[in-house]
Amino acid sequence: MSSDSAASTPYLIRGATLADGTRTDLVLADGKIVEIGSGLSGAGATVVDAAGLIALPGLVDLHTHLREPGFEQSETILTGSQAAAVGGFTSVFAMANTSPVQDTAGVVDQVLALGERAGYVTVQPIGAVTVGLAGERLAELGAMATSRARVRVFSDDGFCVSDPLLMRRALEYVKAFDGVVAQHSQEPRLTEKAQMNEGALSSELGMVGWPAVAEESIIARDVLLAEHVGSRLHVCHVSTAGSVDVIRWAKARGIQVTAEATPHHLLLTEDLVVGYDARFKVNPPLRRREDVEALRAGLADGTIDIVATDHAPHPVEAKDCEWDAAANGMVGLESALSVVHAAVVNTGLLDWTDIARVLSSSPARIGRLAGQGQGLLVGAPAELTLYDPAASRAFERGNLAGRSANSPYLAMTLPGRVLATFHRGYATVLDGALRPVDEIAALEERTHG
Amino acid sequence: MRHLLSTKGMSRDEAILLLDIAEDMADVANREVKKLPTLRGKTVVNLFFEDSTRTRISFEAAAKRLSADVINFSAKGSSVSKGESLKDTAQTLAAMGADGVVIRHPASGAPHVLAESGWIDAGIINAGDGTHEHPTQALLDAFTIRRRLHQGAARGRDLDGVTVTIVGDILHSRVARSNLWLLTTLGAHVSLIAPPTLLPMDMSGWPAESGFDLDAAIDAGPDVVMMLRIQQERMDAAFFPNSREYSRRWGLDDERFGRLAPTTIVMHPGPMNRGLEISSAAADSAGSTVREQVANGVSVRMAALYLLLSGDREDS
Repeated sequence: MSSDSAASTPYLIRGATLADGTRTDLVLADGKIVEIGSGLSGAGATVVDAAGLIALPGLVDLHTHLREPGFEQSETILTGSQAAAVGGFTSVFAMANTSPVQDTAGVVDQVLALGERAGYVTVQPIGAVTVGLAGERLAELGAMATSRARVRVFSDDGFCVSDPLLMRRALEYVKAFDGVVAQHSQEPRLTEKAQMNEGALSSELGMVGWPAVAEESIIARDVLLAEHVGSRLHVCHVSTAGSVDVIRWAKARGIQVTAEATPHHLLLTEDLVVGYDARFKVNPPLRRREDVEALRAGLADGTIDIVATDHAPHPVEAKDCEWDAAANGMVGLESALSVVHAAVVNTGLLDWTDIARVLSSSPARIGRLAGQGQGLLVGAPAELTLYDPAASRAFERGNLAGRSANSPYLAMTLPGRVLATFHRGYATVLDGALRPVDEIAALEERTHG
Repeated sequence: MRHLLSTKGMSRDEAILLLDIAEDMADVANREVKKLPTLRGKTVVNLFFEDSTRTRISFEAAAKRLSADVINFSAKGSSVSKGESLKDTAQTLAAMGADGVVIRHPASGAPHVLAESGWIDAGIINAGDGTHEHPTQALLDAFTIRRRLHQGAARGRDLDGVTVTIVGDILHSRVARSNLWLLTTLGAHVSLIAPPTLLPMDMSGWPAESGFDLDAAIDAGPDVVMMLRIQQERMDAAFFPNSREYSRRWGLDDERFGRLAPTTIVMHPGPMNRGLEISSAAADSAGSTVREQVANGVSVRMAALYLLLSGDREDS
């Protein structure tokens, strides 16, 4: 069987360019990077010619919606894992807004197990902060933390933990197991029926506005709460210039806050709403050019720690309708690296070392995920991706590997292309193509022993 | 004209052409037989996802005077309220052979989506979408102003130099938005007066002045004062304290009406809240065009249907 031989086969990656610009060979064997240097000769290894390709540590997404259990018409853990691998990811954190909600040890362990069975990436479940995401009482955070899934990130994403007392308690409680609360910062009363960023364009289009202050006021409250109780706070999908200012202030004050920006908020602006194409409807909404610039600057100066996709698959009917009726969200795993490349690398704000930090080591550290984000070092787990920065492609349906096609980038030209992804030492993507489900499942089983 | 979705982007010449055709249509209304054969064999669907009897019967009268077959499709109590999508509704109408669809929808942009989707090939007229636009209302308002100012010599004229003050719930008003673009395209100067809570958050791109002071606006002596309806739900959502206070500060009451020049045109798109945003004396005065607006609405909608549906449809 080819899969058996592939499992035992080491890989020799020849002539890759590391993030710092040096060229090297890498040998992967037994799930680890065993050699780094020039002129390596991995006897019996499968040789991958990486001339002109950048080798990045496997990407880690702290914010993915895999939709399973409950919404398998949009995505499954398998299809979402495939989308991730195609995008160069070796790990994704699965958000809790499934059905049933990931608010018990049983559900998070089930998600973990389905991720392992799929085998394309490490699927690390996120636990809900409150029971059923209802914002009323704490879920069993401790049980999820000590379950096999070892949950460290807790989030009601999709909903804001708006009750200040409940947020305080959650922040305090997760200290018991070095957890972090990832907040979806959206003041609910200020955003009732909101459809798009509030400003000149929403005024003209007659859409209910989604004011920046609805995000900024919650972030301001939460960083003060985190300071007060000495806890870790993570801010999901920062979207406004004012939010960047608040987080910068909080960090200068020594508050333990980390923050993420999505690829789409780093590239796209609210002007796309004009044609009422619901692919551009997302929560938080696309903002102004000034906000995009502020997010980029915040990512460059470290105010924003990471890029996370907020990959949010939806079926066709949820987007093929009038704007108000459409669901919020965009798929983003497959396009993330190219979009970040366009938004902050091609603009000279970040280099590839920074990309390795914001898309691999920092998200793994925030999520306390072992086995990921350790960089390309001898002895580190063989989690990496090979990226062709010189490529350019018209992004289209065929570039999406997940179940849903609600990508805002279809028909746009994006730079770069992921050509290979290695997870646990085996290739999940090779020559730009996803490897088959049965081969990956067999490899996964073998490496888990 | 392929569709009539908004007045933003409509050129001066397009607008004047439509208003001139509406003059011809108005002449038909004065004949003994108020009917033209122009759209015989064409089917017009009034697709209303919101209740609006006035607008619906105005379009119905317009289509019937042009001899079109009219189907009224109200979303209330239909398959639509049972969860049928806009797409399926549109495809159903397409399968029935609708030539024109007049759509009223609570979502801003829904007519645009219908026109661009490919679900249906019919000409689309926006009869009010959310708080976005209501182009035929603005056209009938412009028509009414032009007729008042120029009587029988209105054809070919624009509204150059006419000052129009629009008062009320600008934030939620599709009538105000459509009038803003159309009236300024025709050369009028528009000012918007409202409580601060009922003005849009950012009007920097709007070709209009705005303010909070109705008395100052009255004393400026506008040629036209257009009062907008205040909805009960705005009071419930704390946009202002109560109807008494609103009326005191932003209502066209008898005293303010008395300070207007006798030639001032007083407009209201209806239905009116007498005693709230407009007093009975103002509504029933010689300067009031409230009933003319209703009559002119039929003429303007006849013109719009004529431009969309008569002869060969051009592709835009």
